[in-house]
Amino acid sequence: MPVISYREAIRHAMAEELERDPNVVILGEEVAQFHGAYKVTEGLLAKFGPKRIVDTPISEAGFIGMGVGASMLGVRPVMELMFWSFYSVAFDQILNNAANVRYMSGGQINCPIVIRGPANGGTNVGATHSHTPENVLANHPGVKVVVPATAADAKGLLKSAIRDNDPVFFLENTLLYGEKSEVPEGEHIVPLGRADVKREGTDLTIVTYGRCVLHSLKAAEVLEKEHDISVEIVDLRTIRPLDIDTVLKSVAKTHRVLIVEEQKPFASVGSQISDMIQRAAFDELDGPIHRLSTIDAPAIYSPPVETEQLPNPERILKAALAALA
Amino acid sequence: MTKKTTATAEKKAEKDANLAAKAPVNAGLTKDQRIELYRKMVRIRRFEERCLRAYQGKKIGGFLHLYIGQEAVAVGCCSLMGKHDHIITAYRDHGHAIAVGMDTKPLMAELYGKVTGCSKGKGGSMHYFDPTRNFWGGHGIVGGQVPLGAGLAYAIKYQGLKGAAMAFMGDGAVNQGAVHEAYNLAALWDLPVIFVIENNRYSMGTSQDRSSAGPGLAQRADAYGMEWALCDGHDVYAVRATMDKFLTRAREESKPAVVEIDTYRYRGHSVADPDKTYREKTEVEEYQRTKDPITLFQQTLRNEGVLNDELVGQIDTEAREEAENAAAFSEASPFPTVEDIQKDVYWEVDNPAQRTSEGRLFFDN
Amino acid sequence: MAEIIEMPKLSDTMTVGTLVKWLKKEGDVVKSGDMLAEVETDKATMELECFFDGTLLKIFTPEGSEVALGEPLCAVGKPGETVEAPKSKAPEAAPAKEEKPEEPKEEKPEEPKGDPAPKSESSTGKKETAPPPEAPAAKEGRIRISPLAKKLAAEKGLDPSRITGSGPGGRIVRADVLAAEKSGSAKAGSSPGSGPQVSGFSRPGPIQEEKSVPVSKMRGVIAKRLLESKTTIPHFYLDIEVDAAPLLELRQQLNGALDSSGVKLSVNDFILKASAEALRRVPAVNCSWEQTAVKHHAAAHVSFAVAIEDGLITPVVRDAHEKSVFAISSEVKSLARLAKDKKLQPAQYTGGTFCVSNLGMMGIDRFSAIINPPNAAILAVGTTVKKPVVKNDQIVIGQRMTLTLSCDHRVVDGAVGAQFLAALRQLLEAPALLLV
Repeated sequence: MPVISYREAIRHAMAEELERDPNVVILGEEVAQFHGAYKVTEGLLAKFGPKRIVDTPISEAGFIGMGVGASMLGVRPVMELMFWSFYSVAFDQILNNAANVRYMSGGQINCPIVIRGPANGGTNVGATHSHTPENVLANHPGVKVVVPATAADAKGLLKSAIRDNDPVFFLENTLLYGEKSEVPEGEHIVPLGRADVKREGTDLTIVTYGRCVLHSLKAAEVLEKEHDISVEIVDLRTIRPLDIDTVLKSVAKTHRVLIVEEQKPFASVGSQISDMIQRAAFDELDGPIHRLSTIDAPAIYSPPVETEQLPNPERILKAALAALA
Repeated sequence: MTKKTTATAEKKAEKDANLAAKAPVNAGLTKDQRIELYRKMVRIRRFEERCLRAYQGKKIGGFLHLYIGQEAVAVGCCSLMGKHDHIITAYRDHGHAIAVGMDTKPLMAELYGKVTGCSKGKGGSMHYFDPTRNFWGGHGIVGGQVPLGAGLAYAIKYQGLKGAAMAFMGDGAVNQGAVHEAYNLAALWDLPVIFVIENNRYSMGTSQDRSSAGPGLAQRADAYGMEWALCDGHDVYAVRATMDKFLTRAREESKPAVVEIDTYRYRGHSVADPDKTYREKTEVEEYQRTKDPITLFQQTLRNEGVLNDELVGQIDTEAREEAENAAAFSEASPFPTVEDIQKDVYWEVDNPAQRTSEGRLFFDN
Repeated sequence: MAEIIEMPKLSDTMTVGTLVKWLKKEGDVVKSGDMLAEVETDKATMELECFFDGTLLKIFTPEGSEVALGEPLCAVGKPGETVEAPKSKAPEAAPAKEEKPEEPKEEKPEEPKGDPAPKSESSTGKKETAPPPEAPAAKEGRIRISPLAKKLAAEKGLDPSRITGSGPGGRIVRADVLAAEKSGSAKAGSSPGSGPQVSGFSRPGPIQEEKSVPVSKMRGVIAKRLLESKTTIPHFYLDIEVDAAPLLELRQQLNGALDSSGVKLSVNDFILKASAEALRRVPAVNCSWEQTAVKHHAAAHVSFAVAIEDGLITPVVRDAHEKSVFAISSEVKSLARLAKDKKLQPAQYTGGTFCVSNLGMMGIDRFSAIINPPNAAILAVGTTVKKPVVKNDQIVIGQRMTLTLSCDHRVVDGAVGAQFLAALRQLLEAPALLLV
């Protein structure tokens, strides 16, 4: 299996879908001539031309809203937010218009757009550029929210997202763009809403997604070697729709749960998962559900301290031991 | 608007009005087409008067933004729509819905919150839609629909079709950022969209003098290098003449424009809102007496020999009956059920055979 | 036909409007579109618009009055037409109609068919009238145990109170249950109960926060109903002391023998059974006062008081006279659990004909309970104490329990109450009778 980067995987997914469906258009700030702020779209302009790969002005409310309008007429825009943090200036377009238009029209309209871009901290860009809004987005019925952790998942999920007839919000991670892993050759599709057990284990279930999957895998190795603890890691991959069954199956196996997320703790994705586990698997729990989140403050700039603010392998290790007490 | 520019605007509009009736788009109208324009305006008014009664009779919830006084704008603009022309508007949307040809029964039923409503009782007064008639809503947030209007134009152009989009907004919307972002994109990319400002002089209860800086609303298009024009919205011929020019240009040359149409609403912002805190009653009465679009057009058509007392009476009676029928239909229709709440949320859920995703989409316990 | 113009809905949040000023007067000619009056809503002062052509025939509402949505304001019709003020319909908006709250009051005295449940509008129903509670299981203290460990212990027949927890704060976790199973140390049924938890450390500072806590709905109803019972029912009280030794001995035997099957009878189970049997022998106590009649109940539906959060409730063991002590025991357990979880259905806490309240497990020697209407009596059960008694002219150590019967003198006279207590004592002192 070829080993490619997460960045390349996303690019391949877009290129394949551009090839497959003439209605697919890539729009965003610096996606064409500049090759993408994070080089995700590099080479696409040369291959597909300026009609399909479109540089937008810095005008998120305008171009996202425009994409929503175009999608109602059958265009399938894949729109890049240079950072998902900029969703706030287009909030009305994303969560009032894209999320609600189908409902308010009594099902007459659907809105097949994808909005993608990185949503993460850890790069010392301060609080304004480090938002992880997957919980805020997933709070809105009508939308789908995807947070891939690996190159293979990024490719397979983005292809599903572009083909989806509902609005899909695809949250990447600048710190994963360079991460390489095996991606199956040829047509590779991962359905939205299917979690993936990234590591099997018997003593503790770590429910996580995004970059925290990689951190959790590292922590699991140490737990195995130094503490003789066998950790199972469930990668949600999609936040909405949510594969709660895979989570519950794992809880029934290990009876102990730690949820790891790059989220502020209040009303996070983990809060939701935690509620669902306690309700559906109360009698399977041998201890309270533990959660490890970002330390609850705006993202700090100071580089070494920001590492500590986010979940990292050391913090996960400690949290895992606490969850097993 | 300052006094000086008001004067300029009136002058320009007056000139347009004189030319309006003779413009080819109007000169070529058949007698029946003229009557149909008149009939649509009357139907909108009678429908909305019946809405008001239903609202006061507790049949309708929430807000009710009436279009009464502005009928010539929607009727004039929408009468020009071709197969690939699309419209989108804000929350004062009943006039546009009737103007594009929607049946008043589902429109009234929507207000009553009934499942037979045009949005199955899920949208309400502010959220009428009919994609089959190229009508894309019906949007509640001031200015929020304007980028979507640019998107409709983007899609028309992307698909290589000869069409144009009309993105309607009120004079209160012109200070929203999203509107300016849409202006910029439309001008930048030559999108075939006409931004139509229905200037009824008040953004809710704040007059234009107190809300908008600069010499004029449409004139802001200059900053984006877009064409713009003012238009008398009390005269349906004038609306058609002006809009035809820009729609043709949009379809043929893919050029955007801003058209500010001078109009007036007789009712409060919503019927629930006070109407005497910001304007004098005499001002409303003056408009009703001198500029009512239905009265004016009736007079025009009488002068043209198209309308007579009998026909006027008949159109009015039919419009009243239609509104009554719509109310009766709505009254007799059932409400949506609790089970209906979660339909029409996801395309995939509504089309289960074609669902490709897995997992939970709803999170009720 | 004149058109009646009603208070319109003029805003999305309006429920009433104030008729500020009439702009037309009776006799004025009006036409559609005319403004008839000014109405002040929660948002603004608005004008009342006329939708009809005609004459303003009659004004029903004076200026300055507050009018609910849909109430008539005026009538418009042909000149000379007479109009009557229409009956107020105000279905939802009008809060008024003073008769409503009185309805229950009128009904109650007539309460005909001896449904012993007081007519209660709220679903909290019967518990509102209950006498002092028993405090089940309080003495055991709360065991910290994970949900999984709890389920496992139950499956394996282990008593969690005998398992040592290794988790945080001593929580019993799965590993502890598995260890206990291996060692065989925690078989259910062999566990001694621990005493009530008493915290008596003297610490500086207030004993609790000074505050006024609003009375909950349940607490309010309890207060009202018990006050009504105590002030309108002529209570009298009879005490009797019972030799509890035979009962305790029998209970121990049975519980020992039935250990493996998980059955654990309580003293209270026997008292409920004995009460039902005593009611059979002295049925005059199984009655209700109905003003003009005394209702005699064919079945002994024996209720028992359970303390729940911020109140109490009296679940009913129906047809207790036909049930074995074992059946009563398991029913009591499940009813008490439902009561704690606030999941009792009304049918499960209404319709009792006699009530038992037990504070024995709280160490109370004896007390007098307030009757739970429409019952005619309530039995208050005290704790069993060891004390010297004279038996065969010898002073020996006896196990004595005091029972107090509160009686409604309108139904039960002293002699009848005494007969009932005598029957009860006989049954409890020869408890084998309760097993036949």
